[in-house]
Amino acid sequence: MPNPDLRSQVAWRDLPDDGVRRFDAELAPILGRYPEDRKASAMIPALRIGEHIFRHLSPPVMALAADRLGVSPTRAEEVATFYVMFNTQPVGRHVVEICTNVSCCLSGADRIFEALQRKLGVENGGTSADGRVTLREVECLGSCGTAPAMLVDEEMLERLTLEKVERILGSLE
Amino acid sequence: MTETLILTKRWGTKDSATLASYRSAGGYAALEKALGMAPAAIVDEVKASNLRGRGGAGFATGLKWTFLPKDVRPRYLTVNADESEPGTFKDRYILEYEPHMLIEGIAITCWANDIHAAYVYIRGEFAKQARVLEAALAEAYEAGLLGPRLGGKADFALDIFVHRGAGAYICGEESALLESLEGKKGYPRLKPPFPAVVGLYGKPTIINNVETIADIPWIVEHGGAAFAALGVGKSGGTRLFCVSGHVNRPGVYEKPVHYNLKKLIMEDCGGIVGGRKVKAVIPGGSSSPVLTADEIDVSMEFDALKAAGTMAGSGGIIVMDDSTCVVRALLRISKFYAEESCGQCTPCREGTPWMEGLLHKLEGGHGQAGDVDKLLQMANNIGGQTICALGDAAAMPVQSFVKKFRADFERHITERRCPYGDEAWGKTQESREAVIGGMRA
Ligand SMILES: Cc1cc2nc3c(=O)[nH]c(=O)nc-3n(C[C@H](O)[C@H](O)[C@H](O)COP(=O)(O)O)c2cc1C
Ligand code: SF4
Ligand code: FES
Repeated sequence: MPNPDLRSQVAWRDLPDDGVRRFDAELAPILGRYPEDRKASAMIPALRIGEHIFRHLSPPVMALAADRLGVSPTRAEEVATFYVMFNTQPVGRHVVEICTNVSCCLSGADRIFEALQRKLGVENGGTSADGRVTLREVECLGSCGTAPAMLVDEEMLERLTLEKVERILGSLE
Repeated sequence: MTETLILTKRWGTKDSATLASYRSAGGYAALEKALGMAPAAIVDEVKASNLRGRGGAGFATGLKWTFLPKDVRPRYLTVNADESEPGTFKDRYILEYEPHMLIEGIAITCWANDIHAAYVYIRGEFAKQARVLEAALAEAYEAGLLGPRLGGKADFALDIFVHRGAGAYICGEESALLESLEGKKGYPRLKPPFPAVVGLYGKPTIINNVETIADIPWIVEHGGAAFAALGVGKSGGTRLFCVSGHVNRPGVYEKPVHYNLKKLIMEDCGGIVGGRKVKAVIPGGSSSPVLTADEIDVSMEFDALKAAGTMAGSGGIIVMDDSTCVVRALLRISKFYAEESCGQCTPCREGTPWMEGLLHKLEGGHGQAGDVDKLLQMANNIGGQTICALGDAAAMPVQSFVKKFRADFERHITERRCPYGDEAWGKTQESREAVIGGMRA
């Protein structure tokens, strides 16, 4: 039996070279933020960079992050699956995340979320058939005073109405 | 008497986030003053200010700083910008509009406590806020305020780093935050030892909320006594109150720490949408016990709200009018804690989804006699039985909603349906303006 850890350690070598180079270049300045013997602190930033470059955190991408930070791929995977902003499965070209916590729902978020599910033909977490949008229900985004709120590819949009959301969605390529 | 505004005065003014603008408003004068003071004298001013942590627990800030062991180095400061407690939305605006105030507060705190490295842990969803803070830090380094010579003068190095999270409420809990900062999943640590003794990388660490640290420059500039005088008893200063839900003018209001809750809702926020009546108010973030309309004529000071059976928490006030089904509100709150439980402790891991499930059944009109007691029993079993306070945070809403609105729960069972309609759950803010400190949004 091959050691699964060893197997995924070499797996990152299958990633495209230019992607790996870009990953290393973007990670380098981040590493300076942590003590020399505490490189693993950069796990979240490293995974974020990896996801931006390679679109989602496939096992080779997690293995690459782990390799550069000197920890086991299992550790990278543990972190990648713990935090909701990381995608270990492929996602659409855009990720739309709408808050359905109490204050947003008091301002209509539930209805907007339901209407979007219908419009895109997806359930929570699903990706539209054309691969354009992944839709997700998320927890409080810290925008409760300007509710409802959502993130579109990490940009916060607030004081939403169904019409506004449909317009925004329509403008996504 | 004119109101004293410490934090919100410049929100929304042009370029408030830039160094030039902050300087022209007198910024970094407090750091200069601090560098001329003995570090211990600064800690004394903070103690005298009666500043209490704005992150949730309300612990006395000056006292917390004295828990650092005398002879262990390095020490770290971590600033908690995780801001994820439902109903709380204040730290993001400090980051957006006054990043240099936070940086100056960090610089003074580090000087006062002999700390040479600080991390600001910002929740992953605040991409924009992280960018603004990074830009402000770059300016401060460029101007020689940070780096090898703090404030351009002292023979004292200070580095400040931004660390973005990636979506996990639990990382707002201080020990989970440290785990996350060390590159692990956010599992809270058993306490003691407390972070002041064994914190980041096993070293003594101060953890404070963004708003707490942003108050420090004002305290140094005006003196601890002046800050204390803005408040009452053992709580000094102003505080950012976040109001959301069914009020005419939701937003962030900077008020004395002991401001009256009813006055805030009925006067500052312009009362309830459509002139309806208040039914329920969550005063300090979704984990704080709920208050009924009869209970809101109360000071929001930490000890006053504690005496009223609830807590000031994170300052997140959620207002629900009399068309609201509180069972549905509690269901949504319980879903949140079930989602966010890290899973380390059995009562929290198993109990939170169980409560959500039972509430789902109740809200849908499928409950049975005895279910409400079962729900309470489960909440009582979680509270106090866990590694971190998320367990209590999940239990307190259940206990308080049932205690205060039991008849609503029972009606769902006897009428076999939700007696309320959908009206409460779609009061769009299109025609309501939000008041964010000095801004209209
Ligand atoms: C589940 C949980 C979540 C928390 N979330 C936050 C948060 O988002 N921001 C924050 O400042 N404190 C949060 N806290 C409180 C912190 O543990 C800690 O008490 C606080 O950051 C200390 O700073 P302060 O003394 O300045 O308030 C949370 C606590 C718990 C138990
Ligand atoms: S109480 Fe809940 S969130 Fe806190 S450590 Fe235990 S399982 Fe995790
Ligand atoms: S409840 Fe939606 S942003 Fe807070």
